[in-house]
Amino acid sequence: MGEWWTTVPIGTSMGNYEISSISHVTMSPSRQNNLVSSLPLSRSSYNVISAFCTEDNMPQCISYINQELDSLGLCSTRIEASSPGGATINTVSALNAMYEIMTIHRRNMCNLEELEKDQLKTSSNLDHIQMNNSRLKDQLELSIREKSGLHETERQLQLKIKTLQSCLKTEKDEVQKLQSIIASRASQYSHDAKRKERETAKIKERLNQLLVDRKDKKLAMDVLNSVGRSDGKRSHWKTTKTTASHEGEMYKSLLNDYEVSQRSLMLENAELKKVLQQMKKEMIHILSPRPSRDDSRDQAESDGEEKVGDSSRETLDQSCEQAREQLTNSIRQQWRKLRNHMEKLDSQASKVQNQMESNKEVVQRETHEDEMERMRREVQQCKEFIHAQQQLLQQQLHTSFDDETAALLNDCYTLEEKERLKEEWRLFEDQKRNFERERKNFTDAAIRLGREKKAFEEDRASWLKNQFLNMTPFTDRRRCSSSDGQSALSIRSEPEMRMSSTKSPPAKSSTYAAFSTPKPTQSATVPSTTELYRTLRLIPDSSSSRHSKRGCWPESSTIEDGDFRVKSNRIRCGDLSIFSLGGDENSLT
Amino acid sequence: MNFSEVFKQSNQLCKVSPDGKYLATCVQYRLVVRDVETLQILQLYTCLDQISHMDWSSDSLFILCAMYKRGLVQVWSLEQPDWHCKIDEGSIGLVSSRWSPDGRHILNTTEFHLRVTVWSLCTKAVSYIKYPKACQKGIDFSRDGCYMALAERRDCKDFVSVFVCDDWHLLRHFETETQDLAGLEWSPNGCVLAVWDSCLEYKVLLYSLDGRLLSTYSAYEWSLGVKSVTWSPSSQFLAIGSYDEKVRILNHITWKKITQFEHPATINNTKAVVYKEVVKRPAVCSDDLSLHNITIGNTLFNTQSKYEICPTPVQLPVVKPDPDRANPKIGISTLAFSSDSRYLATKNDNMASVVWVWDVQKMSLVAVLEQTTAVRCFQWDPRRPRLALCTGNTKLYLWSPAGCVSVQVPTEGGFQVQSLNWHCSGDSLILLGKEQLCLCYMDNDQEDK
Repeated sequence: MGEWWTTVPIGTSMGNYEISSISHVTMSPSRQNNLVSSLPLSRSSYNVISAFCTEDNMPQCISYINQELDSLGLCSTRIEASSPGGATINTVSALNAMYEIMTIHRRNMCNLEELEKDQLKTSSNLDHIQMNNSRLKDQLELSIREKSGLHETERQLQLKIKTLQSCLKTEKDEVQKLQSIIASRASQYSHDAKRKERETAKIKERLNQLLVDRKDKKLAMDVLNSVGRSDGKRSHWKTTKTTASHEGEMYKSLLNDYEVSQRSLMLENAELKKVLQQMKKEMIHILSPRPSRDDSRDQAESDGEEKVGDSSRETLDQSCEQAREQLTNSIRQQWRKLRNHMEKLDSQASKVQNQMESNKEVVQRETHEDEMERMRREVQQCKEFIHAQQQLLQQQLHTSFDDETAALLNDCYTLEEKERLKEEWRLFEDQKRNFERERKNFTDAAIRLGREKKAFEEDRASWLKNQFLNMTPFTDRRRCSSSDGQSALSIRSEPEMRMSSTKSPPAKSSTYAAFSTPKPTQSATVPSTTELYRTLRLIPDSSSSRHSKRGCWPESSTIEDGDFRVKSNRIRCGDLSIFSLGGDENSLT
Repeated sequence: MNFSEVFKQSNQLCKVSPDGKYLATCVQYRLVVRDVETLQILQLYTCLDQISHMDWSSDSLFILCAMYKRGLVQVWSLEQPDWHCKIDEGSIGLVSSRWSPDGRHILNTTEFHLRVTVWSLCTKAVSYIKYPKACQKGIDFSRDGCYMALAERRDCKDFVSVFVCDDWHLLRHFETETQDLAGLEWSPNGCVLAVWDSCLEYKVLLYSLDGRLLSTYSAYEWSLGVKSVTWSPSSQFLAIGSYDEKVRILNHITWKKITQFEHPATINNTKAVVYKEVVKRPAVCSDDLSLHNITIGNTLFNTQSKYEICPTPVQLPVVKPDPDRANPKIGISTLAFSSDSRYLATKNDNMASVVWVWDVQKMSLVAVLEQTTAVRCFQWDPRRPRLALCTGNTKLYLWSPAGCVSVQVPTEGGFQVQSLNWHCSGDSLILLGKEQLCLCYMDNDQEDK
């Protein structure tokens, strides 16, 4: 390429070709890359000689660059010479192109970076996977080795089993062989023994014969004189009679023996029978005098038994089979009865015992149970108490932690109720206070009224006196004296009074006049008189409610309205509580 | 308890006459007859050779002295001291000689069990019984003396012949179902004959007098079987001791086993009383080494022993038998019922120093006597339930339901009791040493108290 750079300035005539070649060259991406990579190099080592653009090849350069730009897909931005064939270029388009290229370059760089990162990641991934792979391979190898080892051991074991089995087989064979050997030896031995025995028998026979044949001289008995038989009898000749008698003797003795044994057995039997009889009698005795619940059927049965027993006793000596059977049967029956009875008794006894035990315990148990119940109740109470205490404690704790939420958490309804109560209590308190105040006002007013009445009475009296005095010759003097008494106080009221006095005194005016006349203390409370009137007029109405309304909701004016308001307020309160609960719930959630 | 002075004897041949009046002892080739009460010599007979066997006739009138080596039997009469009788079996030899129950016949068994020769003292007649079997107990007379059962072997089969002792008439002859008959024994009432096989097979057969097989009993197979058999005096029970260290008791009605008595090495039975003989050697102090003691020095060397009651469980000494030797020392070799059939005494061979006493009524172990040495011999008192035993030392041991006692035989020269025999009255005991004998008189009044 360097070569090319060097050749460029040599001749412009070759420019077209060169450019085409360059464009051709640029088609190959590797070269382009090279070009791109070499660009900064060329830029840094910029010199006139190797410069890309000189004043001479400006248009070619421009066209080349345009071509390049086209190839980059930047058709919109074309560098144009400001004047055809001129050395200057349109800077705007050039800058645009440059900018485009730069953006492209930046993007490329970014891409490159990303790709590099990706590559890094993938390479690391690859490493990891490779590692994993190798590890797994190792594991596989190990397991394969293990498997082979196990196979080996199994094979060995199997071999062992086989050998053992063969051993067992051989042992069995051995045993069988030995057994057969033993058997054969035994038979051989017995055979030999028999043979030997026969031989010895033969020898004995021969010996006997020899001894007999030899007529052993020594074989003799030398007796002084023969002795008599022990029984004193003479010996008998051996005859068939004697043999028969021997047989008879033998049988006699046998018979004797059997008789003896039979007698002993009979005796034993009799004894046993006696025992049975006794048992039976005793059983009957036990069973028959049964208490009241012994019904007639039982009685009859036992009577029957008695009869049977008697009969069996009669036949006892005969030892007849039937009688024996009867006896045993009856005994069996009796025994069964007795057993049942005994069982019953046993059960009863056990029951009684249980009862006794239970009776003993009953008192205790009842008290025990009572006590238990009481204690249980107490325990329950204590538990409840503890629970309540715990709750309260928790409530307290909760309230100390967070007033609102705790209260709401613990018991919204009670809280609401409490609040409502509190509210009502406050209302009530207010009402009470108002009522008190009003009562006080009223009493005050009543007192004032009384006083004013008195004053009025006095006034009237004085007026009547004046009138009377006016009519009388002592009018002036009297007027003076009276005016003297009130001079300081009623300077202004005097003309009024005069005026009123001039007029006929209606009730209204007189009252007004009377109001104006009071003592200086009363003059301070003058503005309250109106109120008094009003109150006097309003008391029979619901002053208290009005006051309460005024306390709560000053805007309300009428009773009905107020009542309604109260109601609505309550509803609102409920709503509020509900809302608050909802809010609480929301907060909870 | 009193002891007589010591007399000489040889071969332990010393017998009291059946009527209990005389005591016959053999000293070498002399036969001495004494009065039992006074122990004075009544008669003195001299035999041709050293006596190897001596026996009284049932009527106590004659005494038989056998000299097996010479094949000679000499009979002496107590009533007629001049009377004599000599039986020579000649070259055929003699291995056994015995009286017939009537006391007028002598049965000699020749060598090799060729035959049994019956010599009559009344008629001088000789009869032969061929093919007697050589076995543990081949001849038995019934208690009443009427019959004799003889085991025979013919043509490799066992037979039993029943003879009438009166005239030796063969009453019954029958084959037994045994492989190798070892013994036979009449029941005391003489109506049942118990026959047992050799130890190779556990088999007991019971035959009636007329040869009918009543019953067969076999407890087990293959291992060594019967070792000893004994009837109870009442004929009610048949006790069979075997190599498996057990005694089985059969009843006389069904001939089935009632119970079996085992002989374990450890006694756990709390009801049984275990008496253990404890030996105390007299303490030799400096004071004892005085002249006085030396003069009675004989007793100084004798150990004193007494019985102690051991609380159960008790471990008994057991000797394991050698399995390679024949006739192993194991199993019940000796069985003896007391005269009233109430007790049974047994001895197990691999516990040679222990005697077991069983209650037959309760069918349970009553007492165990553990001696310091092996028991040589034991015998019941023929009148009372009293057992005497000896162990080859200088003591005599007695057991009764009341207790157990060990008595030192107060004789000089270390009299060692090898064997003992009760007098038929049960009042005295004959103690036999190696070369001596001594009578022991029981103080019955004291015993009764």
